[in-house]
Amino acid sequence: MKFGIVRFPGSCDEIDALQAAERVGDAVLLWHADHDLRGVDAVIVPGGFSYGDYLRAGAIARFAPVMDQVAQFARDGGLVLGICNGFQVLCEAGLLPGALLTNVSLKFVFRQVALDVAVADTAFTGACALGERISIPVKHTTGRFYAPDAELDRLEHAGQVLLRYAPGNNPNGSVRDIAGVCNQERNVFGLMPHPEHAVDALTGSTDGLKIFESMRASVERPGLLSGASSPAS
Amino acid sequence: MRARILVRPKEGILDPQGLAVERALPALGFTGVDNVHIGRLIELEVADPSRLPEMCERLLSNPLIEDYEIIEDGK
Amino acid sequence: MSGSLQSPLTSRHRALGLTDYEYELIVELLERDPGDVELAMLSLMWSEHCAYKHSRKLLRRLPTRGPHVLMGPGENAGAVDVGDGLAVAFKVESHNHPSAVEPFQGAATGVGGILRDVFAVGARPIAVLDSLRFGEPEGSERSRYLLEHAVAGIGHYGNSIGVPTVGGEIYFESSYEQNCLVNAMCLGLAPRERLIRAAAAGPGNVLVLLGALTGRDGIGGASVLASAELGDGDEAKRPSVQIGDPFTEKKLLECCLELLDRGLLTSLQDLGAAGLTSAASEMASKGGVGIDIDVARVPLRERGMAPFEIMISESQERMLCVVEPERVGDVIGVCDHWEVLATPIGSITADDRLRVLSRGTVVADLPVGILVDDCPLYDLEPIQPAIAIYPAPDAVLTGEESPAQTLLALIGSANLASRRPVFEQYDPIVQSRTVRRPEEADAAVLALPDGSAIAVSIDGNGRRVAGDPRRGAAEAVYECVANLACVGAEPLGLTNCLNFGNPEKPHVAWQLTEAVTGLAEACEALGIPVVGGNVSLYNEAPAGPIFPTPVVGIVGKLPDAARAGRLGFLRDGDAIALVGSFEPSLACSELAKLLGRAPAGELPFTDPQAARKAHQAVREGVRAGALHSAHDIADGGLAVALAECCIAGGIGATVEVSETLELFAEAPGRAFVVSGPEEALAAFDVIGRVGGSELEIAGQLKIAVSELEQAHREGLAGVV
Repeated sequence: MKFGIVRFPGSCDEIDALQAAERVGDAVLLWHADHDLRGVDAVIVPGGFSYGDYLRAGAIARFAPVMDQVAQFARDGGLVLGICNGFQVLCEAGLLPGALLTNVSLKFVFRQVALDVAVADTAFTGACALGERISIPVKHTTGRFYAPDAELDRLEHAGQVLLRYAPGNNPNGSVRDIAGVCNQERNVFGLMPHPEHAVDALTGSTDGLKIFESMRASVERPGLLSGASSPAS
Repeated sequence: MRARILVRPKEGILDPQGLAVERALPALGFTGVDNVHIGRLIELEVADPSRLPEMCERLLSNPLIEDYEIIEDGK
Repeated sequence: MSGSLQSPLTSRHRALGLTDYEYELIVELLERDPGDVELAMLSLMWSEHCAYKHSRKLLRRLPTRGPHVLMGPGENAGAVDVGDGLAVAFKVESHNHPSAVEPFQGAATGVGGILRDVFAVGARPIAVLDSLRFGEPEGSERSRYLLEHAVAGIGHYGNSIGVPTVGGEIYFESSYEQNCLVNAMCLGLAPRERLIRAAAAGPGNVLVLLGALTGRDGIGGASVLASAELGDGDEAKRPSVQIGDPFTEKKLLECCLELLDRGLLTSLQDLGAAGLTSAASEMASKGGVGIDIDVARVPLRERGMAPFEIMISESQERMLCVVEPERVGDVIGVCDHWEVLATPIGSITADDRLRVLSRGTVVADLPVGILVDDCPLYDLEPIQPAIAIYPAPDAVLTGEESPAQTLLALIGSANLASRRPVFEQYDPIVQSRTVRRPEEADAAVLALPDGSAIAVSIDGNGRRVAGDPRRGAAEAVYECVANLACVGAEPLGLTNCLNFGNPEKPHVAWQLTEAVTGLAEACEALGIPVVGGNVSLYNEAPAGPIFPTPVVGIVGKLPDAARAGRLGFLRDGDAIALVGSFEPSLACSELAKLLGRAPAGELPFTDPQAARKAHQAVREGVRAGALHSAHDIADGGLAVALAECCIAGGIGATVEVSETLELFAEAPGRAFVVSGPEEALAAFDVIGRVGGSELEIAGQLKIAVSELEQAHREGLAGVV
């Protein structure tokens, strides 16, 4: 299992994501200016402040050369995980629905939060149980998930809301406590919390490992999770 | 030619920055101020102004959450 | 030569902050009048901020040698060996005056500057800590404004560049109302072989400027802001404020580390106060060489910049390096990859002169020595003040309150309440090394690859040093070491920032002299070398100087990251014990402040041997895994320390202490509250047991932990 972690100018948590992925498989960095995904089985777009969050978070990174490959990889069914700034990039690129806005508090927030697994039979949450509560840190200024009401209804009905902030744990005012969503095809997933910072008991919880393990299981045993929740197009 | 683009949050989306400013003004003695919204001003010189809308749609604004207004200087 | 003082050019040097005596000395050394560019350069290099005119002689008292020291004072940062082939570089610096004028950018660029000092020696920045001091938040909108924006600025810079902010301290005293303090500390990690010095070498080598474009940021900042007391007209100084760009610095940081990994640089220096002038002068001086700079080659952000502006600009996010001619191409290649601008702007020469050219014309030609070595150093003229300098604060308590009410007032007071509203604005975990986050233990702990860890704490003291500068300054060191002991760490080296008023006034000179002596004595007694630091003087308003405020940051090491100590009580039934000889006093304490007493009275003497013994006992108990919690007794005394342990652990305690022990009296740095299994605490003075939902000090107070927790949580909540 080989993970590819994209690195933009300004990425901060790419090495953290690399180290987390290496607990589960092999991992390499994918430089923003390259057009080569180096044969990886899954792509991670990491957290940080790509391009300084200039204009809008993720707005410039989405046009990096490597993102053309990532978009094609996603269209071909490859697994793509966007963490925090990565989630912002994927929304800006149209690979995920919705947008991330400034936190209601207007301030950066770091907090260990409890999340509820809303949908478990996916390539990203397969190692979790439905309704399981996991503990993962958030750290962001622009993490308030937003989509128009009709879109939200559609997402929820289609089972595309995979993670929610547990009651009382919403750190940024995201609508309907949404912490992470996937695309219609269920192969692209974005979340604001940082699973790569929850993989080592020495530095915090280890619940984040489940997301990486789910991805590996999905790649190593394709078809395990397909069909189960195929949405009607 | 010079153009200015105003990007503002779409109606109906919570704008906490705007609210924060709206609340701060009375404390400084400015009453009767409502409906504050905070956006962005982008100034540029462009050879072909007909391409500005496309620039706004693709990069300068996020159409899901923002509206934009193009002001060409001299108009 | 004094004829030149009568000339129409007389006021030039005074406007730039040089005294008549200093100007005469320059003329004597040069054997002529300095030109405009030369005068601008000299005015900055001879400013207090750059030359340490009033403190350098005094600082020689600080001990600087130790078995783990790899780099001592004088380099961009100090460094200590942490084993396994690794070094930790670290330093603390102040950005007080800029933060008082523009707190967001002042604090942000303070962080940016100290980050550059650390990666200038070849270390990857792995942590930031901040020591902040403001006026009382209640009743001062200005202090709340400064606090809010300084915190936002620190968060903005540190979070954006991907360096965790792992600790710090914040204090509120009316003494800092007009002169806030923003001290930023950074630590970095490097393989020993990657550490690099600033000394330029190799006549014929190329001087390359890396990073941001040069603009008019901070022109004259050094001499205008940091060497003069702030008075009216601060607004006019605003154009001199530097603006920081963490995104550019992130790229610059990665670029420099790669250049060093590839062995492409001969030396490296960051550009800070006095910009190109000080960076080039320092590099040349340390290397015993000369430097030629062509300002016409410096990439500019503004049009029509004069040569002197280019030489003293304090534009941020720039570094200077020396490269062998055949390697310049490779250097530019690496810089292109990281989107960092790299421009050859000069060369190293064999003579000992700094020459500035502009399109072929020499506009400055100075011996390096005059810039770096010949600035006069002044002796302080200390006189102990006969009367109290500082007014008494407004009383918040009458003294009639019960111990429980007093405890609640203290734990909810601005100086003791939870700093969560602040540290939640910082990212403490990026880079995945953080083993202890803020409020989990008394020091931050960062894991190293081999399973060991480094610990770091920053501690300062104003009120107590105001009462007794010598003992108060020593206490800052003892307290910092005690914090490290609580996580199981042994100190390796110390960096300090001395924040004082106008040293030309005899009472401030006395404070400074006594404080440095106290620091030196404590460092000698504890065997801790000073590896670097910073001095910030002239922190004074018309009403008077700030409290004399030495701030120390200490880096230590512990052998097993998994055994790093915690401060909260852990288990129902654990025994609680006092460790250390503890004879506290109310003088200069937090309770004395709430009672409206001015800082005065004798501080308790710190017995170095007793303190060392206590530090060792706690350190070893934590390392052995025998202690479940360890917390030093500092602000607010024993009762507050116990309350903090209960709040952090979410559990109560029942203890009994002698009636003669004042619950809120203080003696920092020498006594601890620890908890653990009964048998582990057999050697200590057991005072009670963990359990229940209340903190009870027999016969004195009994209060629900939930009530303490609420007061603690809400103390700063409305303020930031």
